[in-house]
Amino acid sequence: MADPIHQFEIKTLVPLANIGPADISITNSAAFMIATTVIIIGFLLLSTTSRAMVPGRLQSVAEMSYEFVANTIQSTAGREGMRFFPLVFSLFTFILVANLIGMIPGAFTVTSHIIITVALALLVFATVVIYGFWKNGFKFFKLFVPSGVPIYILPLIVMIEVMSFLSRPVSHSVRLFANMLAGHITLKVFASFIVMLSGFGFAGWLGAALPLALVVALTALEFLVAFLQAYVFTILTCIYLNDAIHPGH
Amino acid sequence: MAETTAHTEVPGGHKGVFPPFNKETFPTQLTWLGITFILLYVMMAKVALPRIGSILEERRGHIDGAIAEAERFKRDSEAAVAAYEKALAEARGKAHAIAGATRDKLNAEADERRKAIEAQLAEKLAAAETTIADTKAKAMANVEAIATEAASAIVEKLIGKTPSSDAVRAAVADATRGGRA
Repeated sequence: MADPIHQFEIKTLVPLANIGPADISITNSAAFMIATTVIIIGFLLLSTTSRAMVPGRLQSVAEMSYEFVANTIQSTAGREGMRFFPLVFSLFTFILVANLIGMIPGAFTVTSHIIITVALALLVFATVVIYGFWKNGFKFFKLFVPSGVPIYILPLIVMIEVMSFLSRPVSHSVRLFANMLAGHITLKVFASFIVMLSGFGFAGWLGAALPLALVVALTALEFLVAFLQAYVFTILTCIYLNDAIHPGH
Repeated sequence: MAETTAHTEVPGGHKGVFPPFNKETFPTQLTWLGITFILLYVMMAKVALPRIGSILEERRGHIDGAIAEAERFKRDSEAAVAAYEKALAEARGKAHAIAGATRDKLNAEADERRKAIEAQLAEKLAAAETTIADTKAKAMANVEAIATEAASAIVEKLIGKTPSSDAVRAAVADATRGGRA
Protein backbone atom coordinates (compact mmCIF):
# COMPACT_ATOMS: atom_id res chain seq x y z
CA MET A 1 0.00 0.00 0.00
CA ALA A 2 1.25 3.46 -0.89
CA ASP A 3 2.42 5.46 2.08
CA PRO A 4 -0.34 8.01 2.89
CA ILE A 5 2.20 10.17 4.70
CA HIS A 6 4.50 10.50 1.71
CA GLN A 7 2.49 13.36 0.27
CA PHE A 8 3.39 15.59 3.21
CA GLU A 9 7.13 15.24 2.84
CA ILE A 10 9.11 18.38 2.27
CA LYS A 11 11.59 18.04 -0.58
CA THR A 12 14.29 20.47 -1.53
CA LEU A 13 13.89 21.73 -5.06
CA VAL A 14 16.52 24.47 -5.20
CA PRO A 15 19.16 24.29 -2.48
CA LEU A 16 20.08 27.70 -1.15
CA ALA A 17 22.71 28.76 1.33
CA ASN A 18 21.91 28.26 4.97
CA ILE A 19 21.42 31.25 7.22
CA GLY A 20 23.23 30.14 10.32
CA PRO A 21 21.98 26.71 11.20
CA ALA A 22 18.67 27.22 9.36
CA ASP A 23 18.06 25.91 5.88
CA ILE A 24 15.99 28.23 3.67
CA SER A 25 16.16 26.23 0.47
CA ILE A 26 13.25 26.43 -1.97
CA THR A 27 11.26 23.32 -1.17
CA ASN A 28 8.04 21.99 -2.65
CA SER A 29 6.25 23.76 0.19
CA ALA A 30 7.94 27.06 -0.68
CA ALA A 31 7.10 26.58 -4.36
CA PHE A 32 3.43 26.05 -3.55
CA MET A 33 3.38 29.09 -1.25
CA ILE A 34 4.88 31.15 -4.06
CA ALA A 35 2.32 29.70 -6.49
CA THR A 36 -0.51 30.50 -4.06
CA THR A 37 0.62 34.10 -3.69
CA VAL A 38 1.25 34.58 -7.40
CA ILE A 39 -2.16 33.14 -8.27
CA ILE A 40 -3.98 35.42 -5.81
CA ILE A 41 -2.11 38.59 -6.79
CA GLY A 42 -2.21 37.76 -10.50
CA PHE A 43 -5.90 36.94 -10.45
CA LEU A 44 -6.97 40.00 -8.48
CA LEU A 45 -4.85 42.39 -10.54
CA LEU A 46 -5.63 40.94 -13.98
CA SER A 47 -9.35 40.56 -13.36
CA THR A 48 -9.68 44.21 -12.31
CA THR A 49 -7.44 45.94 -14.87
CA SER A 50 -10.39 46.99 -17.03
CA ARG A 51 -12.18 48.51 -13.98
CA ALA A 52 -15.43 47.76 -15.79
CA MET A 53 -18.57 49.49 -14.57
CA VAL A 54 -20.44 46.29 -15.47
CA PRO A 55 -18.09 43.54 -14.27
CA GLY A 56 -17.21 40.47 -16.30
CA ARG A 57 -17.07 37.03 -14.71
CA LEU A 58 -13.54 37.29 -13.35
CA GLN A 59 -14.02 40.80 -12.04
CA SER A 60 -17.25 39.61 -10.40
CA VAL A 61 -15.32 36.89 -8.59
CA ALA A 62 -12.75 39.44 -7.39
CA GLU A 63 -15.51 41.80 -6.22
CA MET A 64 -17.44 38.98 -4.56
CA SER A 65 -14.38 37.85 -2.59
CA TYR A 66 -13.81 41.48 -1.54
CA GLU A 67 -17.39 41.94 -0.40
CA PHE A 68 -17.55 38.51 1.21
CA VAL A 69 -14.56 39.23 3.46
CA ALA A 70 -15.68 42.82 4.07
CA ASN A 71 -19.14 41.64 5.17
CA THR A 72 -17.63 38.95 7.38
CA ILE A 73 -15.50 41.55 9.17
CA GLN A 74 -18.26 44.09 9.53
CA SER A 75 -20.79 41.59 10.86
CA THR A 76 -18.40 40.27 13.53
CA ALA A 77 -16.05 43.16 14.38
CA GLY A 78 -18.07 46.16 13.22
CA ARG A 79 -16.89 49.01 11.01
CA GLU A 80 -13.69 49.50 13.01
CA GLY A 81 -12.68 45.99 12.03
CA MET A 82 -12.14 47.24 8.48
CA ARG A 83 -8.76 48.50 9.73
CA PHE A 84 -7.68 44.85 9.52
CA PHE A 85 -9.29 44.22 6.16
CA PRO A 86 -6.02 43.64 4.23
CA LEU A 87 -4.81 41.20 6.91
CA VAL A 88 -8.06 39.24 7.03
CA PHE A 89 -8.38 39.26 3.25
CA SER A 90 -4.80 38.02 2.83
CA LEU A 91 -5.36 35.26 5.40
CA PHE A 92 -8.63 34.14 3.80
CA THR A 93 -7.35 34.09 0.22
CA PHE A 94 -3.99 32.54 1.17
CA ILE A 95 -5.59 29.67 3.11
CA LEU A 96 -8.40 29.17 0.58
CA VAL A 97 -6.12 29.06 -2.46
CA ALA A 98 -3.53 26.91 -0.66
CA ASN A 99 -6.28 24.47 0.35
CA LEU A 100 -7.75 24.36 -3.16
CA ILE A 101 -4.37 23.90 -4.85
CA GLY A 102 -3.86 21.00 -2.45
CA MET A 103 -6.91 19.33 -3.99
CA ILE A 104 -5.07 18.92 -7.30
CA PRO A 105 -3.84 15.31 -7.36
CA GLY A 106 -0.12 15.19 -6.68
CA ALA A 107 -0.01 18.75 -5.39
CA PHE A 108 1.42 19.72 -2.03
CA THR A 109 -0.93 21.17 0.59
CA VAL A 110 0.80 24.07 2.30
CA THR A 111 -1.77 24.23 5.10
CA SER A 112 -1.27 20.57 6.03
CA HIS A 113 1.86 21.55 7.94
CA ILE A 114 1.30 22.71 11.48
CA ILE A 115 4.16 25.18 11.40
CA ILE A 116 2.31 27.18 8.73
CA THR A 117 -1.02 27.22 10.56
CA VAL A 118 0.68 27.98 13.88
CA ALA A 119 2.54 30.88 12.30
CA LEU A 120 -0.69 32.30 10.87
CA ALA A 121 -2.57 31.77 14.14
CA LEU A 122 0.22 33.43 16.12
CA LEU A 123 0.19 36.33 13.67
CA VAL A 124 -3.50 36.83 14.50
CA PHE A 125 -2.88 36.33 18.21
CA ALA A 126 -0.02 38.85 18.23
CA THR A 127 -2.12 41.33 16.28
CA VAL A 128 -4.95 40.97 18.80
CA VAL A 129 -2.68 41.39 21.83
CA ILE A 130 -0.61 44.27 20.44
CA TYR A 131 -3.53 46.19 18.97
CA GLY A 132 -5.65 45.45 22.06
CA PHE A 133 -3.08 46.98 24.43
CA TRP A 134 -2.18 49.80 22.04
CA LYS A 135 -5.79 50.88 21.62
CA ASN A 136 -7.31 50.08 25.03
CA GLY A 137 -4.34 50.12 27.38
CA PHE A 138 -5.15 48.32 30.60
CA LYS A 139 -8.84 48.29 29.71
CA PHE A 140 -7.86 45.39 27.50
CA PHE A 141 -7.84 43.24 30.65
CA LYS A 142 -11.62 43.73 30.84
CA LEU A 143 -11.64 40.98 28.24
CA PHE A 144 -10.94 38.54 31.06
CA VAL A 145 -13.47 40.00 33.48
CA PRO A 146 -17.01 39.43 32.26
CA SER A 147 -19.44 41.93 33.73
CA GLY A 148 -22.21 40.81 36.05
CA VAL A 149 -20.30 37.91 37.60
CA PRO A 150 -20.53 37.52 41.40
CA ILE A 151 -17.28 38.49 43.11
CA TYR A 152 -16.73 35.12 44.85
CA ILE A 153 -16.47 33.18 41.57
CA LEU A 154 -14.70 35.95 39.71
CA PRO A 155 -11.15 34.58 40.24
CA LEU A 156 -12.21 31.25 38.80
CA ILE A 157 -13.90 32.91 35.82
CA VAL A 158 -10.89 35.13 35.14
CA MET A 159 -8.60 32.10 35.26
CA ILE A 160 -10.82 30.26 32.78
CA GLU A 161 -10.98 33.31 30.51
CA VAL A 162 -7.20 33.69 30.53
CA MET A 163 -6.74 30.01 29.77
CA SER A 164 -9.22 30.11 26.92
CA PHE A 165 -7.58 33.25 25.55
CA LEU A 166 -4.13 31.67 25.64
CA SER A 167 -5.33 28.45 24.06
CA ARG A 168 -6.88 30.31 21.14
CA PRO A 169 -3.85 30.08 18.83
CA VAL A 170 -3.66 26.35 19.56
CA SER A 171 -7.24 25.59 18.55
CA HIS A 172 -7.07 28.17 15.78
CA SER A 173 -4.07 26.50 14.14
CA VAL A 174 -4.72 22.84 14.93
CA ARG A 175 -8.25 23.01 13.51
CA LEU A 176 -7.00 23.99 10.04
CA PHE A 177 -3.93 21.76 10.13
CA ALA A 178 -5.80 18.66 11.33
CA ASN A 179 -8.61 19.08 8.85
CA MET A 180 -6.29 19.35 5.88
CA LEU A 181 -3.99 16.58 7.08
CA ALA A 182 -6.77 14.12 7.95
CA GLY A 183 -8.67 14.82 4.75
CA HIS A 184 -5.69 14.14 2.54
CA ILE A 185 -4.67 11.01 4.46
CA THR A 186 -8.23 9.64 4.22
CA LEU A 187 -8.35 10.29 0.48
CA LYS A 188 -4.99 8.64 -0.02
CA VAL A 189 -5.91 5.58 2.08
CA PHE A 190 -9.19 4.98 0.25
CA ALA A 191 -7.58 5.61 -3.12
CA SER A 192 -4.88 3.01 -2.36
CA PHE A 193 -7.63 0.52 -1.43
CA ILE A 194 -8.88 0.82 -5.01
CA VAL A 195 -5.47 -0.03 -6.42
CA MET A 196 -4.97 -2.86 -3.93
CA LEU A 197 -8.39 -4.49 -4.49
CA SER A 198 -8.28 -4.22 -8.27
CA GLY A 199 -5.14 -6.34 -8.15
CA PHE A 200 -7.26 -9.36 -7.12
CA GLY A 201 -8.96 -9.92 -10.49
CA PHE A 202 -12.69 -9.60 -11.22
CA ALA A 203 -13.95 -9.96 -7.65
CA GLY A 204 -11.43 -7.34 -6.63
CA TRP A 205 -12.80 -4.93 -9.27
CA LEU A 206 -16.26 -5.34 -7.77
CA GLY A 207 -14.82 -4.76 -4.33
CA ALA A 208 -12.93 -1.70 -5.54
CA ALA A 209 -16.20 -0.01 -6.51
CA LEU A 210 -16.97 0.84 -2.90
CA PRO A 211 -13.75 2.74 -2.10
CA LEU A 212 -13.98 4.39 -5.54
CA ALA A 213 -17.44 5.74 -4.69
CA LEU A 214 -16.11 6.81 -1.30
CA VAL A 215 -13.15 8.62 -2.85
CA VAL A 216 -15.47 10.48 -5.21
CA ALA A 217 -17.71 11.51 -2.32
CA LEU A 218 -14.74 12.39 -0.12
CA THR A 219 -13.21 14.52 -2.85
CA ALA A 220 -16.41 16.57 -2.98
CA LEU A 221 -16.38 16.77 0.82
CA GLU A 222 -12.74 17.86 0.81
CA PHE A 223 -13.53 20.73 -1.56
CA LEU A 224 -16.19 21.81 0.91
CA VAL A 225 -13.73 21.45 3.79
CA ALA A 226 -11.10 23.42 1.87
CA PHE A 227 -13.49 26.36 1.63
CA LEU A 228 -15.06 25.88 5.04
CA GLN A 229 -11.77 25.78 6.95
CA ALA A 230 -10.56 28.92 5.21
CA TYR A 231 -13.84 30.57 6.20
CA VAL A 232 -13.68 29.26 9.78
CA PHE A 233 -10.11 30.53 10.16
CA THR A 234 -11.22 33.91 8.81
CA ILE A 235 -14.30 34.29 10.98
CA LEU A 236 -12.37 33.25 14.12
CA THR A 237 -9.78 35.86 13.20
CA CYS A 238 -12.56 38.44 12.99
CA ILE A 239 -14.00 37.37 16.35
CA TYR A 240 -10.58 37.62 18.01
CA LEU A 241 -9.97 41.00 16.42
CA ASN A 242 -13.34 42.11 17.72
CA ASP A 243 -12.06 41.36 21.24
CA ALA A 244 -9.09 43.63 20.59
CA ILE A 245 -11.35 46.42 19.33
CA HIS A 246 -14.15 46.06 21.89
CA PRO A 247 -12.66 44.28 24.93
CA GLY A 248 -15.71 44.73 27.19
CA HIS A 249 -18.03 41.74 26.78
CA MET B 1 24.14 19.65 0.88
CA ALA B 2 20.85 18.29 -0.36
CA GLU B 3 20.65 15.43 -2.78
CA THR B 4 18.64 16.09 -5.91
CA THR B 5 16.77 12.82 -6.36
CA ALA B 6 13.00 12.97 -6.34
CA HIS B 7 12.55 11.37 -2.96
CA THR B 8 15.18 13.32 -1.18
CA GLU B 9 14.07 14.72 2.12
CA VAL B 10 15.36 17.91 3.57
CA PRO B 11 19.02 17.57 4.49
CA GLY B 12 19.42 15.42 7.50
CA GLY B 13 15.71 14.49 7.38
CA HIS B 14 14.97 11.49 9.55
CA LYS B 15 13.08 8.65 7.98
CA GLY B 16 10.12 7.80 10.16
CA VAL B 17 9.56 11.33 11.48
CA PHE B 18 6.03 12.47 10.68
CA PRO B 19 6.75 15.21 8.12
CA PRO B 20 4.54 17.96 9.63
CA PHE B 21 6.43 17.51 12.92
CA ASN B 22 9.90 17.43 11.38
CA LYS B 23 11.52 20.45 13.00
CA GLU B 24 14.26 20.62 10.39
CA THR B 25 11.78 21.77 7.76
CA PHE B 26 10.44 24.60 9.94
CA PRO B 27 13.02 27.30 9.03
CA THR B 28 12.46 27.03 5.29
CA GLN B 29 8.69 26.90 5.69
CA LEU B 30 8.63 29.91 8.00
CA THR B 31 11.02 31.84 5.78
CA TRP B 32 8.96 31.31 2.67
CA LEU B 33 5.68 31.82 4.49
CA GLY B 34 7.07 35.15 5.68
CA ILE B 35 8.26 36.18 2.23
CA THR B 36 5.09 35.14 0.39
CA PHE B 37 2.62 36.32 3.03
CA ILE B 38 4.25 39.73 3.42
CA LEU B 39 4.29 40.09 -0.37
CA LEU B 40 0.65 39.05 -0.48
CA TYR B 41 -0.27 41.45 2.33
CA VAL B 42 1.52 44.40 0.74
CA MET B 43 0.02 43.76 -2.68
CA MET B 44 -3.47 43.37 -1.19
CA ALA B 45 -3.19 46.42 1.06
CA LYS B 46 -1.53 48.75 -1.45
CA VAL B 47 -2.87 47.66 -4.85
CA ALA B 48 -5.58 45.03 -5.16
CA LEU B 49 -7.99 45.97 -2.37
CA PRO B 50 -7.92 49.75 -2.95
CA ARG B 51 -8.52 49.08 -6.63
CA ILE B 52 -11.49 46.77 -6.05
CA GLY B 53 -12.80 49.13 -3.37
CA SER B 54 -12.62 52.08 -5.73
CA ILE B 55 -14.38 50.09 -8.46
CA LEU B 56 -17.21 49.24 -6.06
CA GLU B 57 -17.32 52.82 -4.76
CA GLU B 58 -17.42 54.19 -8.30
CA ARG B 59 -20.23 51.85 -9.23
CA ARG B 60 -22.20 52.70 -6.10
CA GLY B 61 -21.76 56.39 -6.88
CA HIS B 62 -22.81 55.85 -10.46
CA ILE B 63 -25.93 53.91 -9.42
CA ASP B 64 -26.84 56.48 -6.75
CA GLY B 65 -26.36 59.28 -9.29
CA ALA B 66 -28.51 57.49 -11.84
CA ILE B 67 -31.24 56.91 -9.25
CA ALA B 68 -31.12 60.56 -8.16
CA GLU B 69 -31.32 61.67 -11.79
CA ALA B 70 -34.24 59.33 -12.42
CA GLU B 71 -35.99 60.78 -9.37
CA ARG B 72 -35.34 64.29 -10.59
CA PHE B 73 -36.80 63.37 -14.00
CA LYS B 74 -39.81 61.85 -12.30
CA ARG B 75 -40.36 64.99 -10.23
CA ASP B 76 -39.97 67.13 -13.36
CA SER B 77 -42.47 65.06 -15.28
CA GLU B 78 -44.90 65.19 -12.37
CA ALA B 79 -44.56 68.97 -12.22
CA ALA B 80 -45.11 69.15 -15.97
CA VAL B 81 -48.25 67.04 -15.66
CA ALA B 82 -49.52 69.26 -12.85
CA ALA B 83 -48.78 72.42 -14.87
CA TYR B 84 -50.49 70.93 -17.89
CA GLU B 85 -53.56 70.05 -15.86
CA LYS B 86 -53.66 73.50 -14.32
CA ALA B 87 -53.37 75.12 -17.74
CA LEU B 88 -56.07 72.83 -19.04
CA ALA B 89 -58.39 73.75 -16.16
CA GLU B 90 -57.69 77.45 -16.67
CA ALA B 91 -58.30 77.20 -20.40
CA ARG B 92 -61.50 75.33 -19.75
CA GLY B 93 -62.66 78.00 -17.30
CA LYS B 94 -61.77 80.76 -19.74
CA ALA B 95 -63.59 78.95 -22.52
CA HIS B 96 -66.65 78.71 -20.29
CA ALA B 97 -66.48 82.40 -19.48
CA ILE B 98 -66.07 83.38 -23.14
CA ALA B 99 -68.90 81.11 -24.18
CA GLY B 100 -71.17 82.56 -21.47
CA ALA B 101 -70.30 86.16 -22.39
CA THR B 102 -70.83 85.50 -26.09
CA ARG B 103 -74.15 83.83 -25.42
CA ASP B 104 -75.30 86.73 -23.26
CA LYS B 105 -74.20 89.25 -25.84
CA LEU B 106 -75.90 87.39 -28.65
CA ASN B 107 -79.03 86.99 -26.58
CA ALA B 108 -79.08 90.71 -25.82
CA GLU B 109 -78.57 91.60 -29.48
CA ALA B 110 -81.22 89.17 -30.58
CA ASP B 111 -83.60 90.59 -27.99
CA GLU B 112 -82.93 94.11 -29.14
CA ARG B 113 -83.42 93.22 -32.76
CA ARG B 114 -86.56 91.31 -31.93
CA LYS B 115 -87.92 94.26 -30.00
CA ALA B 116 -87.12 96.64 -32.86
CA ILE B 117 -88.78 94.35 -35.36
CA GLU B 118 -91.76 93.95 -33.08
CA ALA B 119 -92.08 97.68 -32.71
CA GLN B 120 -91.85 98.10 -36.49
CA LEU B 121 -94.39 95.38 -36.96
CA ALA B 122 -96.71 96.97 -34.44
CA GLU B 123 -96.40 100.29 -36.26
CA LYS B 124 -97.11 98.68 -39.62
CA LEU B 125 -100.00 96.81 -38.09
CA ALA B 126 -101.44 99.97 -36.71
CA ALA B 127 -101.04 101.70 -40.08
CA ALA B 128 -102.59 98.77 -41.85
CA GLU B 129 -105.50 98.77 -39.42
CA THR B 130 -106.09 102.46 -40.03
CA THR B 131 -105.97 101.88 -43.78
CA ILE B 132 -108.38 98.98 -43.44
CA ALA B 133 -110.73 101.07 -41.31
CA ASP B 134 -110.60 103.93 -43.87
CA THR B 135 -111.07 101.61 -46.77
CA LYS B 136 -113.88 99.90 -44.96
CA ALA B 137 -115.62 103.21 -44.20
CA LYS B 138 -115.11 104.33 -47.78
CA ALA B 139 -116.35 101.04 -49.04
CA MET B 140 -119.36 101.21 -46.80
CA ALA B 141 -120.16 104.68 -48.12
CA ASN B 142 -119.80 103.47 -51.68
CA VAL B 143 -122.02 100.49 -50.88
CA GLU B 144 -124.75 102.82 -49.69
CA ALA B 145 -124.45 104.93 -52.87
CA ILE B 146 -124.54 101.85 -55.10
CA ALA B 147 -127.46 100.44 -53.17
CA THR B 148 -129.33 103.68 -53.54
CA GLU B 149 -128.62 103.75 -57.27
CA ALA B 150 -129.62 100.16 -57.65
CA ALA B 151 -132.74 100.68 -55.63
CA SER B 152 -133.79 103.70 -57.63
CA ALA B 153 -133.12 101.81 -60.85
CA ILE B 154 -135.18 98.86 -59.65
CA VAL B 155 -137.98 101.16 -58.54
CA GLU B 156 -137.93 102.99 -61.97
CA LYS B 157 -138.20 99.66 -63.72
CA LEU B 158 -141.05 98.63 -61.50
CA ILE B 159 -143.14 101.80 -61.48
CA GLY B 160 -141.86 103.61 -64.48
CA LYS B 161 -140.87 106.73 -62.69
CA THR B 162 -137.84 107.88 -60.96
CA PRO B 163 -138.22 108.15 -57.20
CA SER B 164 -136.68 111.02 -55.33
CA SER B 165 -133.20 110.29 -54.45
CA ASP B 166 -133.74 111.32 -50.84
CA ALA B 167 -136.55 108.85 -50.32
CA VAL B 168 -134.49 106.04 -51.83
CA ARG B 169 -131.46 106.88 -49.69
CA ALA B 170 -133.64 106.93 -46.53
CA ALA B 171 -135.24 103.64 -47.51
CA VAL B 172 -131.89 102.01 -48.22
CA ALA B 173 -130.47 103.31 -44.98
CA ASP B 174 -133.46 102.01 -43.19
CA ALA B 175 -133.23 98.64 -44.87
CA THR B 176 -129.55 98.21 -44.29
CA ARG B 177 -129.87 99.23 -40.70
CA GLY B 178 -132.86 96.96 -40.30
CA GLY B 179 -131.02 94.18 -42.05
CA ARG B 180 -128.15 94.67 -39.80
CA ALA B 181 -130.28 94.70 -36.73
